[in-house]
Amino acid sequence: MVRFLVRRVLFGLLVLWIVSGAVFVLFFVAPHDPARLIAGRLATPQTVALVNHRLGLDRPLPDQYASFIWRLLHGDLGYSYYSSAPVRQLLASRLPVTASLALGGAVLWLVAGIGVGVAAARRPRSLVDRGGAVLMLAGLSMPTFLVGLLLIYFLFFRLHLAGIDLFPPGGYVPLTQDPAGWAQHLLLPWVTLAAVTAATYSRLTRSSMLEVLGEDYIRTARSKGLTEDRVVYRHGLRSALTPVVTQLGVDLGTLLGGVIVTEQVFGLPGLGQLAWQSVTTQDQPVIIGTVLVASAFVVVANLLVDLGYALLDPRVRPS
Amino acid sequence: MTVTAPGQAAADAAAARPGAVQGRGPWRLAWERLRRDPVAVASAVTLVLIAVAAVAAPVVAHAVGHGPDDQYSDIGLTPAGLPVGPSRTFLLGTDNLGRDLLVRILYGARISLLVGVVATLLATVAGVVVGLAAGYLGGLVDVVLARFMDMVLSFPYLLLAIALVSVFGSSLTISMLVIAFFSWAAIGRVVRGQALSIREKEYVEASWSVGSGPLRLMFVDILPNLLAPVLVLATLLVPAAIVFEATLSFLGLGVPPPTPTWGGMLSDSLAFYQVAWWFPLFPGLALLATTLAFNLLGDGVRDALDPTAGRATGGGGR
Repeated sequence: MVRFLVRRVLFGLLVLWIVSGAVFVLFFVAPHDPARLIAGRLATPQTVALVNHRLGLDRPLPDQYASFIWRLLHGDLGYSYYSSAPVRQLLASRLPVTASLALGGAVLWLVAGIGVGVAAARRPRSLVDRGGAVLMLAGLSMPTFLVGLLLIYFLFFRLHLAGIDLFPPGGYVPLTQDPAGWAQHLLLPWVTLAAVTAATYSRLTRSSMLEVLGEDYIRTARSKGLTEDRVVYRHGLRSALTPVVTQLGVDLGTLLGGVIVTEQVFGLPGLGQLAWQSVTTQDQPVIIGTVLVASAFVVVANLLVDLGYALLDPRVRPS
Repeated sequence: MTVTAPGQAAADAAAARPGAVQGRGPWRLAWERLRRDPVAVASAVTLVLIAVAAVAAPVVAHAVGHGPDDQYSDIGLTPAGLPVGPSRTFLLGTDNLGRDLLVRILYGARISLLVGVVATLLATVAGVVVGLAAGYLGGLVDVVLARFMDMVLSFPYLLLAIALVSVFGSSLTISMLVIAFFSWAAIGRVVRGQALSIREKEYVEASWSVGSGPLRLMFVDILPNLLAPVLVLATLLVPAAIVFEATLSFLGLGVPPPTPTWGGMLSDSLAFYQVAWWFPLFPGLALLATTLAFNLLGDGVRDALDPTAGRATGGGGR
């Protein structure tokens, strides 16, 4: 068990190292010149050289990489080329927004996905099953930005025209400042995330539930005279949820690293927006920082899923 | 699959009766199940129509007399410079530059279908080759390839895709390559798992014992038996690739303008949706119809190939 854990942690660190190295190299191979961007169009060559020197970009590549890794090992992600703010501080200020968005969305898509999945598994090939599948697939078939725009159009713009201001078109209010405003600002983004994600969960729940409902212990539970609801929810759903939990871990890991499109559409100042801004301005330290944090969330989520599996089910515990 | 000798007499006898029972292979059975699925048939018909419309885009452009990039700043825009709504001249209205929306949507279908199909083909070939190699060869090859696939799957892919495109510049080829790169590992992982178990079957051993080499074993003996899951995954990958392309175009990182793409048109319509409902609506509907049809068809193909999935086992269904 300990060896298994150590191996997984080492693999996770390897992934992080490779991802950060790849992004680092990517932005040196690229034909771009951050110093010129920072100094501005009219800057003299001397100014550009000065900026290059200040950023350490005039040193040889291996030298730059060595100091990058050295600082990284000390938890120092460097400073933004533009705002000169520490990257760590930038990331920390954006995380609560993205976390609020991802966790709230997860609650919604779990309720919708598992609900539809269970209903479909109880009556396979029925109208509920077919209709639920089409509804969920419609969400899966739409790009996130399209769902977001539809919600903004109908639930903000049309309502606004009708004189009802139920939802703001975007923006963010911290939970600690105003819980009601926080939820009001995040409800449409939550629904957007849930709409494009729930299909995966309803499919998983349906197929795993169908499998479980065919097990002998379910027949035993039924023959004991338990009500169907009790059989389905207490006995069936519990074990049918294992693959759902796995998927949740992976999805949350991915989303916590930044919900780029949703944050962009709703103007939420989260990690995804930071990543998008840093890429468009070629702010290399911030790009590397966001990619590293995003990858770290994925790695940790995968680790937790593996660990949870090993703890819950002795059969998958590696020897 | 043909009827074997011992069954021949029975088959002949059956053939003599009306409604005779014929020997049918699993693919044939799946095909017949698929044909009886109304949702799958409707999706397939929709996709054929969209493909025909994409191919016929120049014909339509010629018929209405508007090229995809022609800007009609006189009749295609209101005096205030805003898009004009659907009319007899512009059947689906115009965009913010006075271009015919119908013609642009038809040309946009070409990009979406091309990216969806080509990226999926690239991803499928790469996934099958790598997955087969890992699953069949095993050992160190498997460890390295399987870990590599895990790694690709754990990339924050949209973020890296954006970084890649911003570095290499946006183009049709880059879009397809980036989408394929972040999609192949999902197929590779499934193929590897299947190949691992099929490798141990007796018929593979038999083929090996009569001197089949590794390439023949992988591609002639093992591959046909994993086509079913690969086909299902590939069908579901096409709409995902189309959505991915639309997202890249929406973010301004897809096929560069003025080439019409659905994602790009939706992005352009952002500033105009309050005054020109047709501008976001029709590209959005075209996109949704295409991806939904692919997803529904993919579900149908899966049900047809795996008749046990979704059938009530035990006493469920009450």
